[in-house]
Amino acid sequence: MSKVLVIAEHDGNKLNASTAKCVACASGIPDSEIHVVIFASAGEKLAADAAGLASVDKVMYVDNSSNEHALAAVLAPQIVSLAGDYTHIFGPSTTFGKDLMPRVAALLDVNQISDVMEVIGSHSFKRPIYAGNAILTVEAPEGTAVVATVRTASYRAVGNGGAAPVEQITVSADLPQHTRFVSLQAGKSDRPDLQTASKVVSGGRALASSENFEIIFRLAEALGAGVGASRAAVDAGYVPNELQVGQTGKIIAPDLYIAIGISGAIQHLTGIKDAGTIVAINKDADAPIFDVADIGLVGDLFKIIPELEKAIRS
Amino acid sequence: MEKILVGLKRVVDYNVRVRVKSDGSGVDTDGVKMSINPFDEIALEEALRIRERGEAKEVIVVSIGTSEAQQQLRTGLAMGADRAILVESTTAVDPLTSAKMFLKLIEKENPDLVILGKQAIDNDNIQTGQMLAALWGRPQATFASELVFDGNRAKVTREVDIGLETIEIDLPAVITADLRLNEPRYVKLPDIMKAKKKPLEQISAADLAVATVNALVESAYEPPQQRQKGIMVSDVPELVAALKDKGLV
Repeated sequence: MSKVLVIAEHDGNKLNASTAKCVACASGIPDSEIHVVIFASAGEKLAADAAGLASVDKVMYVDNSSNEHALAAVLAPQIVSLAGDYTHIFGPSTTFGKDLMPRVAALLDVNQISDVMEVIGSHSFKRPIYAGNAILTVEAPEGTAVVATVRTASYRAVGNGGAAPVEQITVSADLPQHTRFVSLQAGKSDRPDLQTASKVVSGGRALASSENFEIIFRLAEALGAGVGASRAAVDAGYVPNELQVGQTGKIIAPDLYIAIGISGAIQHLTGIKDAGTIVAINKDADAPIFDVADIGLVGDLFKIIPELEKAIRS
Repeated sequence: MEKILVGLKRVVDYNVRVRVKSDGSGVDTDGVKMSINPFDEIALEEALRIRERGEAKEVIVVSIGTSEAQQQLRTGLAMGADRAILVESTTAVDPLTSAKMFLKLIEKENPDLVILGKQAIDNDNIQTGQMLAALWGRPQATFASELVFDGNRAKVTREVDIGLETIEIDLPAVITADLRLNEPRYVKLPDIMKAKKKPLEQISAADLAVATVNALVESAYEPPQQRQKGIMVSDVPELVAALKDKGLV
């Protein structure tokens, strides 16, 4: 029997969808009991939300003003103090989990499994390496906790319908003062979130300016889609960094992905290979993006995109 | 600051498309181009800029790997690092063991700052910096896109999923470099010549005597599932019709 502790990600008000995806991954471990822990300044409502997730057996929350902003150096010792008899400790492979979980693993003196994409058994997992060009099966040793991050694009969030008991707990851990939150500059959030949107429209270098990128935003609005970008478009300053899709940006799995003016470097394709349907629009008929696209259209994006927007709105 | 320690990992070059060996025993790296991990190059560039601004005195590059990693250290020296340390290991070193080895070097060198790349593009683990900070009991600032120093503190802007987060950390600390921290300089020929005379110390991994724990066993490698090439449409009405067929619009 396995006992899995899932570290919840949230913004203080609501759970990030990555939490329900970690639970989905954890539920793939045979004969597992799943606990979710929330570290917050006021976690009662978040805990109630987590308790409603299917497959969750118990929710704990730790209220502490030091937990208002997620700082790995502050959270890690608290997680370690809870580690106890858990066989697995999971967090999402988002910037939150990528920052935090290795710190936890090192304090527990175990190696971490990053980006779990498939659970084969309680101690056997698949994960991508080399930007997804190879899939590695790793076996974790028995007898020590398995610390892992979950590749969220590989899992569908568990639904609601759970009714797990909730417990407020305290932890005894020395919390360091050497790391302090200063500020957060968040992107505009009136669009669907890139990581959870069912449709995403992405633009590349061919957009040629941030003004031109507006046509991507307009098409996305017509579709009710999130907006992404290639690394080239972000490097060129057309859009902010949080829109980058790919090996070093976000790994996403929308039902519909429309790549516009994106040639399809392997590092970009890594970020979208689990998408349902990929549409590519590019003026270069030889662009590698067409090798993976379900639907391709060769042509001038500055003519096609406004026409497509109009067709979708009508 | 006196010293900055920078990690340089030797990895398969960014432009090489890696393939899994047909027997599934690993990936084929025979004869492929090897380079400094791109994020480590950004880490080194940042360290050099800090030194050039007069905010640090010495930049030491460190690699953990086979003796061939000397090439990457020489490139680091040519970029401008003052000296290099190679921790020589004939076998692959996992992130936790790497972090323990770095910690041994930290105990010897007492750096004020350690800058690593946010991830190595071979194993994509994204672990070593955070593990090092944990074992050292010091702050970590991962995915850094801007650093500002103020005496014994640093303000670090981090690229996080929802935007840019700024944190303040006390030094010494570990920082991991993201893509947009800087653009690394090109190495010039005279600098390559000069780098040959800079000190490169070799230490055997065994001499660092770190305690390794039960390693993860890499039991199989397989190629990823390939997506199939789909259909081509010739205009927007055809595209919209195809999307409607799939129930996507």
